[in-house]
Formats: sequence, C-alpha cells, structure tokens
Amino acid sequence: MSAGHHTDTSDQSHAHPGVDHGSLRGYLTGFGLSVVLTAIPFWLVMTNALGNQMASAIAIMAFAVVQIIVHMVFFLHMNTRSENGWTMMALIFTLILVVIALTGSLWVMYHLNVNMMPGHDMSQIP
Amino acid sequence: MAHADTVIDDTVFHLEDDHGHAESGSSTMLGFWIYLMSDCLIFAMLFAVYGVLGGNYAAGPAPKDLFDLPLVALNTTMLLLSSITYGFAMLEMAKGRVKPMQVWLVITGLFGLAFLSIELYEFAHFIHEGATPQRSGFLSSFFTLVGTHGLHVTFGLIWLVVLMVQVSRHGLIAANQRRLMCLSMFWHFLDVIWIGVFTFVYLMGMLR
Repeated sequence: MSAGHHTDTSDQSHAHPGVDHGSLRGYLTGFGLSVVLTAIPFWLVMTNALGNQMASAIAIMAFAVVQIIVHMVFFLHMNTRSENGWTMMALIFTLILVVIALTGSLWVMYHLNVNMMPGHDMSQIP
Repeated sequence: MAHADTVIDDTVFHLEDDHGHAESGSSTMLGFWIYLMSDCLIFAMLFAVYGVLGGNYAAGPAPKDLFDLPLVALNTTMLLLSSITYGFAMLEMAKGRVKPMQVWLVITGLFGLAFLSIELYEFAHFIHEGATPQRSGFLSSFFTLVGTHGLHVTFGLIWLVVLMVQVSRHGLIAANQRRLMCLSMFWHFLDVIWIGVFTFVYLMGMLR
C-alpha cells in the first residue's frame, strides 16, 4: 500500500505489505542480547559480585531498561515510522503516565509512612 | 437516472469500503497496541502497589526467605524461549508455510505452559510454607502483581490454542494472520512485563 510503511526485511507476506514481521537475524540478535542482559543481573545478585547493594540495584535496573528497549526493537518491531508514528506516540504518552504514577505513588507513600511512624508523636511537640 | 446514480454511488462506496478494509488490519495493530499500553498502565499500578507495600512483612517471611533465584532464572528462560519461538512462527507465517508455523506455535505453547507450571509450583510452595497472600502487605502485592502476569500468560495460551485451531480449519487467511500478529504483540509484551517483574520483585527483593 503505502511505500512509507515498507521496511528492509525481504520475507514479507503479500497479504500484509505494511506489516513488519521482522527477520531471522533480528530475532536472533534480540534473543542473544536478551540472554546476556538477563544473565548478567542474575549473576550480579546471586554472587554479589559488586559487593554493594546500592550499586547492584542501580546496575540491574539499568540492565532491565536496556533489555526492555531490546525487546521493543527486535521483538515488538517498534520504530518511529510504523502507523505514521502513532505507536511511538502512544508509547511515549504511556511512559509519561507510568513515570508519574510510579514516582508519585512511591514518593507520596514513602513520606506518609515516615510521618506516620509510631515514634512520631504530635503531642510531644511544644 | 437518480436511481442509477444511487447504484453507482453505492458501487463506489463499496469499492472504497473494500479498500478501507484492506488497511483495517493495519489500524487493528494500532488499536491493539493502544490496548497493550492500557494493560501496561495496569501493570504500572500493580508495580506501584508492590513498591509501596513490598517492604511490609508484618513479621512474616521476607523475599530472602522465600525466593529461589535459580527457579526464577529457569522461569525467565522459559518465557524468553517462548518469545523467540513465537518469532520463528511469525517468520514462517510471513513465508506462508502453515505446517512449520504450527510446529513453532506448539513449541511456544509448551514453553508458556512450562512457565506457568513453574510459577504455580512456586506459588504452591509459598502457600505451603504459610506465605499466603493474606499473610502480609508484601505477599498480597506480590501475589497480585505476579498473579496478574500469570493470568495474562494463561489467557495468552488459550488464545494461542484457539488460533492454532483457526489456522488448521481456515488456513492462513488475512484475518488469521492479523490475529496471529496481535497475539505476537501480546506475547512479546508479556515478556517485557516479566523483565520488570524479575528485576523489581525477585532480584531487588534479594538485595533488600
């Protein structure tokens, strides 16, 4: 149909000319990267290789973010061109909502918890 | 004359409708993607609940007492393998080869079933040890988050079986191809959610 939807994969069906089925190389690349990006965080936590919990936590979160991007690109075939960019727009909008919801919930509830501690007695304040 | 005009208009209308129908597979993909994004919001809320309640053990078992990381690693492997085999099925579909595609779908289903079995075994083990959902805030939010993901996988498996029957009866018609594409997105999306689960729930839990 529209030439703008065509990608460089050679093995596409005739019924869905605009749909990207991916390629064998793409799937294998994504799989290989995913295996590595899964194995390293598990290894970090199981062996405590960094010796520092904070550093390990930041590292495994970074690996998770990279692996999610790998899955989006190689398995879900995300790009800025599909559906004239609307899938990407929906994704960005969702990500904004997710970030607001997660940081907002954790932030507010953390402070509620801290201020509601049993030792924090308002009557002792002069 | 007026009547003839109507007929002509009608024909044109139908032609345009058919044309629109040819592209509707593509807009189905966008609609399904938006559904996945709304599903993503559900999981974001459950992650937020787990983030808030995940530290409330109520003097009960903590993640370190419960989680078995080699088992989780095995589970992750099963889901990742099912993702790549579904990808292989999609490649066969693109070539129009029904038989190899069905074989890959069966393998995908088996990996998905293995994932579910391991997860149910884990849940049964927890509950046997007294770590039930009502034991603490941590366990309530854990079972809700991981259980919701497991339910998604369960429904994905049912969908997979239904589609395999559809393809065996009607072949790789355009509608079936569209459905398989939707399930493909759903299945890979569940693997993306699982990355968040094993990172934030299991690995971070062991670090706590």
